[in-house]
Amino acid sequence: MSKAPVLEVQKLQMYYKTTEGDVKAVDGLNFKVEEGEVLGIVGESGCGKSSLAQTLMKLLPSNGAIKGGEITVEGVSITKMRDYEVRRKIRWKKIAMIPQGAMNALNPVFRVGDQISEVLRVHAGASKKEALETSKSLLQLVGVDPKRAAYYPHEFSGGMKQRAMIAMSLALKPALLIADEPTTALDVIVQAGIIRLLLALRREFGMSIILISHDLALVAQMSDTIAIMYAGEFVEYGRAIQVYGTPYHPYTLGLLGAFADISGPKKKLVSVPGSPPDLLNPPQGCRFNPRCPYVKDVCREKVPPLEDSGEGHLVACHFWKQVHQQRMEVAR
Amino acid sequence: MTEEQSVLEVRDLVKFFPVRKTFVESLRGGENQVVHAIDGVSFDVGKGEIFGLAGESGSGKTTVLRSVLMLIPPTSGSIMYQGTDLAKLSKNEMKKYRTKIQVVFQDPYESVNPRMTVFDIVSEGLFINKLVTSTEEAITRVTQALKDVQMIPPEQYMFRYPHELSGGQRQRVAIARALVLNPDLILADEPVSMLDVSIRAEVLNVLLSVKQKRGISIIFVTHDLALSKDVCDHLAIMYLGIIVEMGNPEELVSKPYHPYTQALIAAVPIPDPAAAKVKVLAKGEIPTNVSPPSGCRYHTRCPIAKQICREKVPPLEQVSPGHWAACHFWSEANGMYQSGEMKEIEEEIKV
Repeated sequence: MSKAPVLEVQKLQMYYKTTEGDVKAVDGLNFKVEEGEVLGIVGESGCGKSSLAQTLMKLLPSNGAIKGGEITVEGVSITKMRDYEVRRKIRWKKIAMIPQGAMNALNPVFRVGDQISEVLRVHAGASKKEALETSKSLLQLVGVDPKRAAYYPHEFSGGMKQRAMIAMSLALKPALLIADEPTTALDVIVQAGIIRLLLALRREFGMSIILISHDLALVAQMSDTIAIMYAGEFVEYGRAIQVYGTPYHPYTLGLLGAFADISGPKKKLVSVPGSPPDLLNPPQGCRFNPRCPYVKDVCREKVPPLEDSGEGHLVACHFWKQVHQQRMEVAR
Repeated sequence: MTEEQSVLEVRDLVKFFPVRKTFVESLRGGENQVVHAIDGVSFDVGKGEIFGLAGESGSGKTTVLRSVLMLIPPTSGSIMYQGTDLAKLSKNEMKKYRTKIQVVFQDPYESVNPRMTVFDIVSEGLFINKLVTSTEEAITRVTQALKDVQMIPPEQYMFRYPHELSGGQRQRVAIARALVLNPDLILADEPVSMLDVSIRAEVLNVLLSVKQKRGISIIFVTHDLALSKDVCDHLAIMYLGIIVEMGNPEELVSKPYHPYTQALIAAVPIPDPAAAKVKVLAKGEIPTNVSPPSGCRYHTRCPIAKQICREKVPPLEQVSPGHWAACHFWSEANGMYQSGEMKEIEEEIKV
C-alpha cells in the first residue's frame, strides 16, 4: 500500500466533561480504513459508537473534546485542524455521515431537492440550477424518482427519507461514508433495500464505509472488517470471517449467543448478565470483568492489551486462548 | 384451529378507523373513508403457548392486541375467552376480565411510573382489584412475582425506583406487574425491541419460564422474525390487516408458502459473513390501508401475481398439517422459493 489509508486513527481518546468527572466515551482506539473497505463497528448502547462517529466528523458537543491521539484522513491530520478548515476541506468532501435517526434529519419545511442542493451550493459552489440537476440525478442513483426532488419530507416514506439522506451524503463523492445505525426503525424489507444500495454504491464508487450498528447480522452482511466495541474500547477486531468464525473475546461470544439467527434451528438465547458499565468510573482492569463468566483475579487488576492472535485478528482478553480451548472441548 | 384447549379464540375480527375529514370535505359530501386496520383476523391461542404475531409496521399487529384487550372495541367479530365474547361486554363487565388478560408494553422506560417504587408498581393492580386485604399479603404476592421474573433477592429490588434499574430489569418489573394478578393470558407488544441485544435474552427467558412453569399463554407481537422463531410456538404473519400465513415458526421460516412471508424472510440478514446476502423479493412499499388493493392484498408487490390475484381474495388454506397460507399459488410459490427461482426485484443503480 503506497497510498495513505482513507482514515487512520491512533490512540484516539474522546472524553465528555461533566460535573462529576470525565466520561471516557472513546478510550484509546487504533484502526485504519483502506480504500473501498467496509468496517463494521458493533456495540451496545452507551459503548461509545456514536461518540466515535461524531469525533471522526469533529462534530462534538461543547463538553466533548479529543483528549489524545490522532485522526488522519488521506494522510492529513485533522486532529488539530480549525473548525472552519474541517468544514471546508473534510466534511462532505472527504467524510460524510448518515446520522442516527436519519429519517428525522431532513428539515420538514424545505423541499428534499433543495436540501440536497444546499450541500452542493455551499461546499462546491454550484449554481442553483446545476445543484438541483445534480440533486435529481443523486436521487435517481439511490432509487428515488427524481421528480420527488420537489416534494417535502413528509411526503416521503421512511425508506425514501433514508435514501434521500444517503443521496445527500454522496453529493460531493466522499472517500468515506460513516453510517450510524442506517436502518434502525426501518422495516426489514426496506432495510434489505438499503443494505443492497450501500453495497452497490461501494462497488461503483470504491467508497469506504464505517458501519455502526448494534445489529450483528446487519454488520455481518456488509462488512469486510469488524470491530467489537465495549465501554469505549475495541475488545476484538479482525476480518469478518475471523470474528464470526472463531470469536475469542467472551463479550463477542456473549453477543453471538444472545442474538437470534433466522437460519438454523430453534435455539435458546443466552443473555450476558449485568449491564454496560458507567463510563464515568469504568471498572478497573478489563472493563468487561464484572459481566465476564471467565473472570479471574488478574482481570480486575490489569488491563488486557489488544493482542494479535494471528493473521491480524486482535483480541483484548487475558485468557482468550484458554476460553477458546475450553469452548472447543465442550463442542467436542 | 388447534386440537388442544384454547384460551382465546378470535374470529373474523375487524377494526376500521374512520378517516377524519376536513370541514370543507364534509360539506362536499362523498363517502366516508376508513382505515382497514384489521380486516377479518381469526386465530386461536392455546393454553400455555406463545403465539407470535409478526409483520411490518402498519400491518395491524398492535391493533389486534389492543382489540383483544378491548382498549379499542372492534368493529365486528368475536373474541371468545372462556366461553364469553369479550367484544360484546360493556366497559363495566369487562373489568372482571381485566386481571385475567394482562399486557406488557414495548418501552419499559415509558411504561413504569418513575415516581413509584417497584413495590408500588407491582402491587397497584392487587389493591385496585381488591385481591389483597393487607399490605403483608401484598408483600407476599409481590415477592413471589419478583422471584418469578428473576429479580432475586426480591427485598433488594422492592423499594427501588425505576431509575435505579436497567432496561432489562424495568421490563421484568413490567412483567411482574402482569404476573402478580395471576392472568391466563399476557399480551406482550414488542417486549424486547427497546432493549440491548445482550439483555434481550433475560427478558425472553423470563417469558418462556412463565409459560412453562405457570402455563400462562402469551401473545407475542414482534417485527423480528428471527426472534419469533426462537420464542414462539405458533406464528402468524400479518400484512395490511389480515393473516397471510400461520403455522409452526420453524417450518414457517424454513419453508414459507406465501410470497410475502418469503420476502420477509429473505430480507432478514443472517449473522454470518459467509451466509447468503439479503434479497428483496417484494416490489415497492406497503400500500395504504385506507383503500387496500382488491383481491389479494399483496398482489401489488408480489413477483408472481396473476390476473386472478387482482380479482379474488385468496382464502387462508391449509397447506400442510398445522400450516395455513392465503395465496392462490401457494404450491408454486413454495416450489419456486425452495429452488431459488423466486426472482429478486432488481433495482437500477446508474452512475
